[in-house]
Amino acid sequence: MTGNRNRLINAALKLHIAACVIFIFAPILGSFVFSLNSDRFPSLPLGHFSTEWYRLIWEDPFVWAGFFNTVVVGLIVAVIATVLGFGGAYTDFRYNFFGKNIYLALALLPPTIPVVIMGLAMLAFLSRVNLSGSTISIIIAHGVMCSPFAMAIIRLRLSQMDPDLEAASWNLGGNEWATLRHVIIPFTKPALFAALFITMAVSFDEFAVAWFVSGLNETLPVKILGFLQGQVSPRINAIGSLAFVSSITLIILAQMLLRNSSKDKS
Amino acid sequence: MTRSRPSLFSLVLSLPLLIWQVAFFLFPLIFLVAISFWTVRNFQMTPDLNFGNWDRILTRGTFWDAYARTAMLATASAALTSAIAFPAAYAISFKLSERAKQWLVFVLIIPFFTSYLVRVYSLQVFLSDAGIINAFLDMFGIGPFLMLNTTFGTLVGMVTLCLPLVILLQVFSLNFVNRDFVEAAHNLRCGRLRTVLAVIVPSARVGLVIAALFAFILSFGDFVSPLYLGGGNPPTLSIMITDITKSGQQWPRAAVVALMMIGTLLTVAFGAITYAYKERGK
Repeated sequence: MTGNRNRLINAALKLHIAACVIFIFAPILGSFVFSLNSDRFPSLPLGHFSTEWYRLIWEDPFVWAGFFNTVVVGLIVAVIATVLGFGGAYTDFRYNFFGKNIYLALALLPPTIPVVIMGLAMLAFLSRVNLSGSTISIIIAHGVMCSPFAMAIIRLRLSQMDPDLEAASWNLGGNEWATLRHVIIPFTKPALFAALFITMAVSFDEFAVAWFVSGLNETLPVKILGFLQGQVSPRINAIGSLAFVSSITLIILAQMLLRNSSKDKS
Repeated sequence: MTRSRPSLFSLVLSLPLLIWQVAFFLFPLIFLVAISFWTVRNFQMTPDLNFGNWDRILTRGTFWDAYARTAMLATASAALTSAIAFPAAYAISFKLSERAKQWLVFVLIIPFFTSYLVRVYSLQVFLSDAGIINAFLDMFGIGPFLMLNTTFGTLVGMVTLCLPLVILLQVFSLNFVNRDFVEAAHNLRCGRLRTVLAVIVPSARVGLVIAALFAFILSFGDFVSPLYLGGGNPPTLSIMITDITKSGQQWPRAAVVALMMIGTLLTVAFGAITYAYKERGK
């Protein structure tokens, strides 16, 4: 095997990585470009620069209502999912009990169920208990779908904790509650915030289950689905670009928190 | 922790999640099983123990056509995504510096937080008859190609959806491959391709199979790509569910379709995981 051939293969592999990244990001970048383009249906050559679509969504009261719903749902879901996820992560970290596998399966499985099926099951169940068609139903559904993410993030942080830390706190006379408050929560704080941001981002983008259960209280992604079913509308690109920027801000914040916290540990 | 009565503290921490998931995840799924036996009268679901819905769906050719199409699309998507992802994952894990690796992993996480719908809408613009790709090819006098509302379009969407996850899962499993084995293979004059096939792939098998499994699950349940890039006609199973649910009160029939999907996914997942953890060398 000659060095030259090796170099050629390595170059080809790197090119392949680049091609994959371009393939994944072309639609995302495309949507940015299209959102600032005057054409209703953009093609090559591109039309001229325009902020028309942003103006249209700015002036659309339904988009504002959807945005408001999305934010309310996202904030509440983030808090619920993080609290539930924290409990689950700590339970997994600290206790062994009969049926723990079932507990973990129930806690972590929701993301593997196809969203249409989740949507149908939620709709059928929630309308039976007269909760469907309300904002609460979206919150319930998103709580189920987001808490596994929160749990995974917090569990990862807990596994970085020195187990003696808890024991030391007990030896110093702290009961479990005091230990939780003064040792565990401060230690997991970065992960708690990361979980808040990430679950909020997941809720912001979830459209399928929300579409099934929301009724008239649509969130923004459900609105996009509506646009998609109707006529061609570059407003989707404008909304999508704004949603992308807000999601990515949340992710970068979460990432920074997690990175800093793993540094000051080890 | 000794076997004693659980403390109040442990209950306060562990129960909320359990209660939430039992009430809002397990119950709805069980309820789905129940309503598949219910009947619809005057646009109202009534509790019943009626096999009519199952009979009606399972004896229909359209259901089985959709079933076969969905299974084939998901299989094709899983195979295609794995094949595209592997060279990239291999290069990321074996050829890149630690810094470049971390950076790429971060880049690949970004798509999870972009709206899949927006990406699919953007892909429509790329793939349509007078869209970006055809306009580009036209400059060289090629095309136009019909890409939107075809199986090709559906697969492009599914691969877009699955590729970042599959690359990440493959990278994580490849990172665990013992580098000494690879070195040993090289020293024994094992060629590059043979090293990949005989040493690296078998050692990373669990991760590779699970990555493909996730691609299958995601594609099997996806209704956005088949609908907005594949044209939605003839339908896949998930399109059937949305159609039946949104167009009336025939939720029991949609439940039958959903349960058939869950059954299939469980079987495939069980099969894949058994295969992944099978003793090496049989």
